Order: sequence, then structure tokens, then C-alpha cells
Amino acid sequence: MVNTTQMLNKVFRTCPDTGLTFHGPAENLIKANAVAAVVFLLVGGIFGLLVGLTRWQAVHLLGAEDFYMVLTAHGLNVLIFWMIFFEIAVLYFCSSVLLGCRIATPRWAWAGFVLMVVGAIMNNVVVLQGNASVMMTSYAPMEAPPLFYLSLILFAVGALIGCFVFFGTLVVAKNDRTYEGSLPLVTFGAMTAAIIAVFTIVSGAIILIPTFLWSVGIVGEIDALAYRLIWWAFGHSSQQINVAAHVSVWYAIAAILFGARPLSEKVSRTAFLMYILFLQIASAHHLLVDPGVSSNFKMFNTSYAMYLAVMASMVHGLTVPGSIEAAQRAKGHRAGLFTWLRKAPWGNPTFSGMFISLVGFGFLGGITGVVMGAEQINLLIHNTLYVPGHFHATVVVGSTLAFMALTYWLVPVLFRREIIFKGLARWQPYLFGLGMSGVSLFLMGAGTLGVPRRHWDIGFAGTGGITHEFPAAAYTMLALNGMSVIVAVIGGAAFCVIIVGSLLFGRKLGDQKMDVPWIAAPVTEEEYNANGGSAFAIPGTVVLAMIFFISFALYYFINWKYLAETWGIS
Amino acid sequence: MSSLSPPVKKLWWNEPIHKSELLWISLVFVWGLVMTFMMPYWHVVGKQNLGTETYKTTPADFQQATQAFVDKFTVRNEGPRNHPVVAPPAGGDVYMLGRLWDWWPIVQLKKGETYRFHLSSLDWQHGFSLQPANINIQVVPNYEHVFSLTPTEAGEYSVICNEYCGIGHHLMIGKILVVE
Ligand code: HEM
Ligand SMILES: [Cu+2]
Ligand SMILES: [Cu+2]
Repeated sequence: MVNTTQMLNKVFRTCPDTGLTFHGPAENLIKANAVAAVVFLLVGGIFGLLVGLTRWQAVHLLGAEDFYMVLTAHGLNVLIFWMIFFEIAVLYFCSSVLLGCRIATPRWAWAGFVLMVVGAIMNNVVVLQGNASVMMTSYAPMEAPPLFYLSLILFAVGALIGCFVFFGTLVVAKNDRTYEGSLPLVTFGAMTAAIIAVFTIVSGAIILIPTFLWSVGIVGEIDALAYRLIWWAFGHSSQQINVAAHVSVWYAIAAILFGARPLSEKVSRTAFLMYILFLQIASAHHLLVDPGVSSNFKMFNTSYAMYLAVMASMVHGLTVPGSIEAAQRAKGHRAGLFTWLRKAPWGNPTFSGMFISLVGFGFLGGITGVVMGAEQINLLIHNTLYVPGHFHATVVVGSTLAFMALTYWLVPVLFRREIIFKGLARWQPYLFGLGMSGVSLFLMGAGTLGVPRRHWDIGFAGTGGITHEFPAAAYTMLALNGMSVIVAVIGGAAFCVIIVGSLLFGRKLGDQKMDVPWIAAPVTEEEYNANGGSAFAIPGTVVLAMIFFISFALYYFINWKYLAETWGIS
Repeated sequence: MSSLSPPVKKLWWNEPIHKSELLWISLVFVWGLVMTFMMPYWHVVGKQNLGTETYKTTPADFQQATQAFVDKFTVRNEGPRNHPVVAPPAGGDVYMLGRLWDWWPIVQLKKGETYRFHLSSLDWQHGFSLQPANINIQVVPNYEHVFSLTPTEAGEYSVICNEYCGIGHHLMIGKILVVE
């Protein structure tokens, strides 16, 4: 028994295109998790389309009951199942593959995978039966059937196992000395994501297990405010996992396409660590207009007196494009401010996806998140469509598009199949990225006009005559959102078709090297140091960063001005 | 060596930070301080700071308090749901309750006067979204949230529920009237 396990653990192959070493069991696990991820993205994306078309008031596709059910299913499939399956694949890749070691306890990893699959399917079945339309937040005392909570608990346990397999694999690499010195930056970033994931899942357990027991009648009462506090310790930090994971993916893509390394290891690593230290344990920015929470608590916990987690993201926002600029300059694209950027491979979906993700996450998602997280400004937007507008920029344009970009690169490496429909693939990140940026902007536009989120009919047709007239612009925003939804869904569907199609029908590569180089040679010390090391002066990135900063500051103060115009409240 | 491999320099933490990074980190740090400062600053000079006075209550108690308020100050009944329109004295207390799927009662206020609002839910969580003033407050059962509101313009305002509260969520709408 021991012998066969040892033998199994010795199945390694070297990828002819990238030179990376793959441990057989790890490779299979990465494939399984990535495929499951794409399946749930597809399912969730279809639900998203239905939701978007229903909120377009002139179309109003679904009935109320179906709308709330489908919206619940949408949130869970995309935010939880797609993201976390993909992140587990990223964790295994960043440990076993990047460190060139065997994966720890593949059987446990498979057990975790099975739990996640069972949980995710069970959850969909329960929700689609129709009496668990409680939204992913399932705010007590609204109650779902026990199986709803149980399915999420199973999924979370599976994901937790995945995190521990990742940590185990880091230990294996250390013991087997498969690398020297410190962890690669990308692995380090993934590790911060995994650490945050453990915290997240523990918070999830603290809230979901009692809620499950309450739903079966063992626990008497769930305090609604305590539920919100702990649920968001789970819900907010899970977003920090997504950020840490997609920032790692950005660095990985910069390395893959440009051979880039961080400007300074110290800065980038410290910024990752700050995600762990300041992940807003109390998740206060979801409770800014709740009763029973003091202003001091709100102000301190949203900012930690200096907005440190935000600072970390802004640092990555400079160092990721900065590392690309430095690599490009070192390789000779030194002219002017932006030659390095113009010469980037804009037709390669791995690059365009990554870059749109970076810009969209920063400009649309980041700025709006910080602005609405200011204690008083939150009064203007809490629970309006502004909120989903904001997070479609962070978790869809940001994380999802980054993961898609990486997938284009991973498929030939892992499955040894060529990507099909290359022409469509060129355009896919633009379709999805721009469509989704539209979704995000128009939802925010509607939210600014006061349109509520998770709401079936802002025309109030069924109230027997008590209505509210939203400005015509609100209806226009919802229509524009509906159109953007269609563009984004075409982009999302294109992704699923290309990826699934490539897995099934892509030209088999076997041990053959592809015609195109698949990983850039790392930029060498000599190249970086040529010209007196001028590559590290990154004027183009600095200009972009300044544009970002000015937009941020302007938008921030405009919102204080809006706030000053409403009723007095104290 | 790229970001996919261990750092080139084993003692990477001793490497100097690049100038552009330092510049950006300093700027971002100062900006973080500015944003941190804005919130307490607004508590001092701003007029929109949601009060946090909160009491534990029960649905029965809160309903009783609201009923007493309605009995005392109702001026007429109105609208498709024939709700009482309640006009408390300027500066007085206002009770409003959220329940599946209704806000009760209708409240009539005077422009420019300040009222002490008491808000709670009789069942699930709800969202008090005052439109078009665009003030949005979470309403949580068993907690009575007390804060002051000062209307700045006359007109008919809607209170729309913006926390999902089940299948009738989109039916949950109430009114606040502001008169000169
Ligand atoms: C494929 C394209 C997608 C479309 C067309 C879409 C569209 C929408 C729309 C219109 C809403 C409804 C807002 C409301 O009425 O409150 C929504 C909610 C949401 N979406 Fe998406 N979305 C898409 C993809 C995604 C992805 C990839 C994620 C996450 C990774 C995501 C996460 C969410 C979440 C968490 C909600 C909130 C659900 C809730 O309120 O409980 N969406 N989406
Ligand atoms: Cu409600
Ligand atoms: Cu509601």
C-alpha cells in the first residue's frame, strides 16, 4: 500500500512548452477543479442573464417568484462555486506546479473536491425547488430549509480541506527542497489567499452551523444583528480571498507573458501581508447603517485609521503594471511613456483579459468600494443597485476576468490541447470586460438614483396603487444595463464554448512543442541593469497611477457633496 | 527569474525600494489619512450622520409603541391601504414599523423641523429607503433604532423596502409626507 502510494506520487512530467514540472495527481486535481469552476460559471451566468433581463423593466422576463429564486441561484453559483473551485485549482497550481513538488495527500484533496461538488449540486437542487429563495446572504430570521445551510457547510468543509492540502504541499516542497530561498511571489500571494480562506471558512462555520441547527429546531433563536456581523466576517473576508487570488494571477501573467519580476519583492510581499492583517475582521463596512453599531466602531474598522487594506491594493495596482513596464523597458521598449504598453500583446486574451481586469478592478471596483465604505456616504447607497454595480466590477471584471485570462494559458499546458476559435478568443476579453463594465456602471447609475437591489418591480404595479415614480433616467439605466448584460453574456458564453470546446476538440499537442512560445524567458539581471537600471523608472505606470489617483479623489469628494444635499440626519 | 520563481536575491528584504514605489506609497498613505480624517470631520461639521442610539425591543412592544403614537396623532386615513396619516408635533417622536410587506403608518412632517425617528421590524429584516432623498437604513427585528431626521424640502416621499424580505418584497412601500 505504502509502496503504491509512493509510486503514484512519483508520476511527474515536464511540460515541453513551459518547462514546468507536473505531478500527475496534482495535475488531475487542477483539471477537475478548473472544469467544475467553468461549469458553475456557465450555470450562474445563465441565471445572471435572466436576472438582468428581468430588471430591464420593459422586458421584465421572469415572474417575481422565479426572479428571486434565480437571483439566489445566480449569487451562489458565481460568487461561491465558480470562484472557489477556480481558486482551489490556483492553489494547487501555485504550490505543486510552481514549486515542482508532489501534492500532499491527493486523496484528501479528492475528498474535498467531492464534498464541494456534492455541496454545490445539492445547493442548486434545494434552491431550484423554490423554497430557498433567501439570497446568498440568507439573513436570519428569514429561513431556508435545513439542506440549504447543510449544502453550504459541505462545500465549505471541502474548500477547507483544499486549503490544508495547499499548506501541506508547501511543507512537502520545503522538506524535499524543491526550491531554494523564499517562496515565489505568486505562491506567496496564493498563500495569503489560503490563510484568509481559513479565517473565512471558520467564520462561515460559526454562523452557518448554528443557523442550520436553528432551521432544524435545535437552537431557539438567531439574533438578526449578530447574524449580520458574523455573516459578513465570512462574506467580506471571502472577497479578500478573491482579491489576493486575482492579484497573484496578475503577477503570474506578468511573469508568463513578459518574464517580469516584481519591482521590489519587499513591497509586493508586504502588500500581500497587509491583506491578512487588515481584512476588516468585523466587516464593518457592511454594517454602516445598521442599528446597534457605534460610529467609532464603524469608522475605525472601515479604515483601521489609515485604510491599510486599500493601501495594499493600490500598491499592487502600481507594482503589477510597473513590473510589466520594467520588463518591457529592459527588453528594449524604452521609447516614450507608453511604448511598453502599446507593444504588449493586445491580441492575446491572456494579456488583454489581465489588463482589463486590472483597470476595471481599480477604476470601477476599487474607487467605488472605498467611497461607499465611508461611514456617512454609505447612507446614500446602502442596498441600492449601486452595491451590485460595485461588486460586478471587483469580482467579475476583476477576479473573473483575471481567472479567464489565466485559463487561456492553462488549457494547453494542462490538457495538452490547443485553444480552438482563436479569432473569437482574441475578442472574448473585450466583449466580456466591456459588457461587464457596462453592467457595473449602469447598475451604479441606477443605484445613485435610489433604485433598490434585489427588487422585482420598481414600477410597483402590484401594490394596489401606492407607487413611487423613479426618474426616467433610472429606467434608462436599467435598459442600458440589460443591453450590457447581453454583451457580457455573449462574452461569458464565448469563454465557456472556447474552453470546453478546446478540451474536447482542440488539436492534441502531446509532447510536441507549440509553434508559439508559451512562456517568456525571465528578464535577466543584465537586461534589467542595462542603461544604468533605467528600466525601473516606470514613468508610464506613474502617469497611469496619477490619473487613477485624481479620479479617485474627485469622485470621493463629489460624493460628500451629494451627501450634503440630502435631509439632515443625526 | 520571474515572479514564478523564488526571488533572485536571497536577502530580498534588504533590497532598496524603487523611487516610484516610495512616491506612490507615500501618496497613498497620506490619502488614507485624509479619508480616515474625513469621517470624524463630517461628524463635527456635516449634517448627515446617522445616529446609533439603539434599544432591544420585541415585535409586540414595538407594535404597541407605534400604535400609541398612531392613536395620539392621527389626522386622517388615506391611500389604497387606508393607512392612518400621523402628524406628530415638531420635534416630537415618530414611530414607523416595517412588516411583511408594509410600512406603517404614513407620517406627515413639517419641512425644516427635526423629528426623533424610531424604527424597527415586526418580522424579518427590511430596508428603509427614503426616496428621492436617498437615505438608506437597515431595519433589524428586535432592535429599535432611534435617530433624528430633518426634511429639507416639502413633497411626497416614498419609503421603499430595499432589503430583500421574501416574495412580496417589491410590494413593500410606504409614505412620508412633508408639508411647508
Ligand atoms: C455572466 C454575466 C453576469 C450577469 C449578466 C450578471 C448580472 C447580475 C444582475 C443583473 C444582478 C442583480 C442585481 C439585483 O437585482 O440585485 C446580479 C447579482 C449578483 N451577481 Fe451577477 N452577473 C453576472 C456574473 C456574475 C459573476 C461572474 C459573479 C461573481 C463572480 C456575480 C455575482 C453576483 C452577485 C454576488 C449578485 C448578488 C446576488 C444577491 O443580491 O444576492 N455575477 N448579477
Ligand atoms: Cu421589507
Ligand atoms: Cu424587502
